[in-house]
Amino acid sequence: MPDKKPISSVNDFVVRFANVNGSGSASANEMFARAILRHGVPVSPRNIFPSNIQGLPTWYEVRVTEAGHLGARGGVDMMVAMNPQTWDKDVAGIEPGGYLFYDSTKPMPSTKFRDDITVIGVPLTAITNSTYTDPRQRQLFKNIIYLGSLSALLDMDPKLIEQLIGEQYKGKEKLLSSNVHALHLGRDWALQNLKCPIGLKVKKSDKVGDRIFIEGNSAAALGAVYGGATVCAWYPITPSSSVAEAFTAHCKKYRHDPETGKAKYAIVQGEDELASIGIVIGASWNGARAFTATSGPGISLMTEFIGLSYFAEIPAVIMNIQRAGPSTGMPTRTQQCDIIACAYASHGDTKHVLLFPEDPAEAFEFAAAAFDLAERLQTTIFLMLDLDIGMNHRLCRPLKWDDARQYDRGKIMTAEMLEEGRDFGRYLDVDGDGIPYRTYPGTHPTKGSYFTRGTSRDRYARYSEEGTVYADNMQRLVRKFETAQDLVPRPLQANAERPTKYGVIYFGSTSPAMDEAIGLLEARGHQLDRLRIRAFPFHSSVASFLAEHDFVYVVEQNRDSQLRQLIVNENGIDPVRLVPIVHYDGTPITARFIAKAIGDHQDHLKVTPLRKAVS
Amino acid sequence: MTYIAKPKFHHPGLKKNELGYTHRDYEGKISTLCAGCGHDSITASIIEACYELSIEPHRVAKISGIGCSSKTPDYFLGNSHGFNSVHGRMPSVLTGANLANRDLIYLGVSGDGDSASIGFGQFAHSIRRGVNMTYIVENNGVYGLTKGQFSATADRGSKSKKGVTNTDNAIDLAAIALQLGATFVARSFSGDKSQLVPLIAAAIGHKGASFIDVISPCIAFNNHAGSTKSFDYVREHNDAVNRLDVLVGRDPIAVDYAPGTVQVVEQHDGSKIALRKIDADYDPHDRLGAQTFLARHAAKGQIVTGLLYVDPDADDLHEHLNTVETPLNTLEADTLCPGSAVLDKINASLR
Repeated sequence: MPDKKPISSVNDFVVRFANVNGSGSASANEMFARAILRHGVPVSPRNIFPSNIQGLPTWYEVRVTEAGHLGARGGVDMMVAMNPQTWDKDVAGIEPGGYLFYDSTKPMPSTKFRDDITVIGVPLTAITNSTYTDPRQRQLFKNIIYLGSLSALLDMDPKLIEQLIGEQYKGKEKLLSSNVHALHLGRDWALQNLKCPIGLKVKKSDKVGDRIFIEGNSAAALGAVYGGATVCAWYPITPSSSVAEAFTAHCKKYRHDPETGKAKYAIVQGEDELASIGIVIGASWNGARAFTATSGPGISLMTEFIGLSYFAEIPAVIMNIQRAGPSTGMPTRTQQCDIIACAYASHGDTKHVLLFPEDPAEAFEFAAAAFDLAERLQTTIFLMLDLDIGMNHRLCRPLKWDDARQYDRGKIMTAEMLEEGRDFGRYLDVDGDGIPYRTYPGTHPTKGSYFTRGTSRDRYARYSEEGTVYADNMQRLVRKFETAQDLVPRPLQANAERPTKYGVIYFGSTSPAMDEAIGLLEARGHQLDRLRIRAFPFHSSVASFLAEHDFVYVVEQNRDSQLRQLIVNENGIDPVRLVPIVHYDGTPITARFIAKAIGDHQDHLKVTPLRKAVS
Repeated sequence: MTYIAKPKFHHPGLKKNELGYTHRDYEGKISTLCAGCGHDSITASIIEACYELSIEPHRVAKISGIGCSSKTPDYFLGNSHGFNSVHGRMPSVLTGANLANRDLIYLGVSGDGDSASIGFGQFAHSIRRGVNMTYIVENNGVYGLTKGQFSATADRGSKSKKGVTNTDNAIDLAAIALQLGATFVARSFSGDKSQLVPLIAAAIGHKGASFIDVISPCIAFNNHAGSTKSFDYVREHNDAVNRLDVLVGRDPIAVDYAPGTVQVVEQHDGSKIALRKIDADYDPHDRLGAQTFLARHAAKGQIVTGLLYVDPDADDLHEHLNTVETPLNTLEADTLCPGSAVLDKINASLR
């Protein structure tokens, strides 16, 4: 018996699977997460994987959370230790009173365990080898066998798992029955040989509702399909590749002409990120909705073209699935570290629109909106996801689309308008919003053509190096950026129960951890108003929020508090009032981290009255 | 990049083409390149070819990179949209534009610095993909706009104006285009309009990736003794394998065939190329043969010009991608958006 009381918890614990990558564990682990969802209990799973294909350690963490806390929690209540390479570290990471599940086929010396945890051994290899002879089958079914054992230990309903297996192998009867068989091999062994259930239990609930379980990259790609993207050019880079792959898969399903079978889209895998953004800009210049998906290193390569998009005013959508930088950094770890790089990308004076979705549902909405914004504003729109949102399944509200919605193609001067004698100046601000009209190539035989260039030109697109002409254009671009403020998604504010002089600003994938942290902070007596920023340029409500609070914490996942820098820079605010709370080790930010960092700062701010201190 | 507007006046008796356009309708702004620049002759040849083909000027998209050559699209087809993009990146911009609207004619204009150095990769990959375009390199072996540095097409051993000898090996873009699968490859000389005009016309008529390497002497920085891209040198070492005429269902552009040496090639768009063979051994349908021929002559210091290779049955990127006939840039929400009912089903599959 462990010398610490075993953890006892229903629908609120963290299970972590330690595997070797390439062993086929991912689908079994995902099935575990889905099975819990089918119990009506929210889960928040996270893949922690190396930049490698086979042989290196990989982890899959499932936070079971009836309360619906979808951020990472930190700590592990049950470790499913299937990787001898990481055994010591994995065992050390278990919370006191936690559980260790392992393959007990080979005896382990007692020094390899801990006294304060419950050790559960199942002879997985022995069970597998006595049932299967094919090596690949042995490897794959071993994963399903441990899933079976876990279902008994955690008191899960095996019918729900069978149902999932049924859905996954629909029409493949042989695979279906052999998977169900493997599931019961593991389950029966545990029921017969172990004390089931343990202290951690899954109990049926109704907290999932109509929510869906989807990866941010897939949702963003679906947003591009719904948003009318017809050209996608990309270059493989973790963690963004699955955006283009999902776009391809979605297009194959929904974008072929039913009669001719022809594609209403074009996807090109470029030779590099330069070509990818070049293709996007060429396509957008010619009136198609086009996008690329990339990550930090790709953004660095694309910056010259991004400057062209800004200055020559060509729409482009760039989905940046951020990972830990700089340089190659940690390609499979998450960060929000390209805020400055994207906001001011390229040489010269430039500013770009950034959108910060918090989850897959917003990734879908913002991706579709990005194409409207790009064409309305005739510039680059960045959709700023990160690995945590992009490559993990996240529980979120169902995706919605209004069938009455039309695409906003922006200010296009047509052949008819030209015929009417409308004055066409490619860089002429006719409406005072800084946005000029453009024509598509091939519009009219004699009117409306112009020469697009990255060099300075006048309002009628004629080359000019006159200082006043150049400045006039640069000022108009500032006006256009001001117009953008009111077009992009606005910040969302949530106030504390009692009035407070403290606020917190956060964005993107920090959302679920922040929501949870607010509860933890309230329990410590700290009241905070919250502002979730959803886009750059900042709406005027950001400045108001700053004005209404003495101190505002800015919570983000990078070292240099980049959003804070951007706020200080763009609002001309005293930096002392903006307190950076940064988390940048490549793991997703947790509520515990935020609550501690803000809580400690708040405690420090509290002034104890002198009289009280001396009495 | 001119400040000077060109007067619209023209002689009332100016000849008109099938569409009723005169030569002047295919012109652009006044060139600001150096007087006598080879590039201006290429501009004149492009104007001539488009006039002869009776192309509607606004149905051409002219796209370039950066450099002297890339400025030239401002000097022809003034009613076409032009895009002077990023150094070395014309091919990707053109590829994207082509994907957006397959109905326009795409003319890519680039230079040797733009295509053989900074944009070598993009040159290669656009050719590999079979983008339906006419890709013209105005090749002077020198960086003109930055005043005379060697480019990657400068021959080893050639001398710069300042007397420096180039020690790097030269890139032969036509040879590489052949190797990469271009389905129309030609080389010509800016000073040989009678050869160049029909080549450009045939390249425009070709469906697939057409590449023309045009040796175009830089009179400011690469027209001296010791240069292998000077007017004198190219005239002396030019070895034409064939001459061609383009027949577009009306008067042939040129006549004067020597019987028995003419080969007619019909292209996808119905136009016919009449090839007058000069070198009896040369077969423009033999990719491997063309590569060997080029290499053999290069070793002898000869510049092979003419139509080096053509595959009249070539296909293009749109066929590879199986895209719809309607230009993608005209599709709207009604055909692109799967709608809320489909989304409900997607939602249901994600629970």
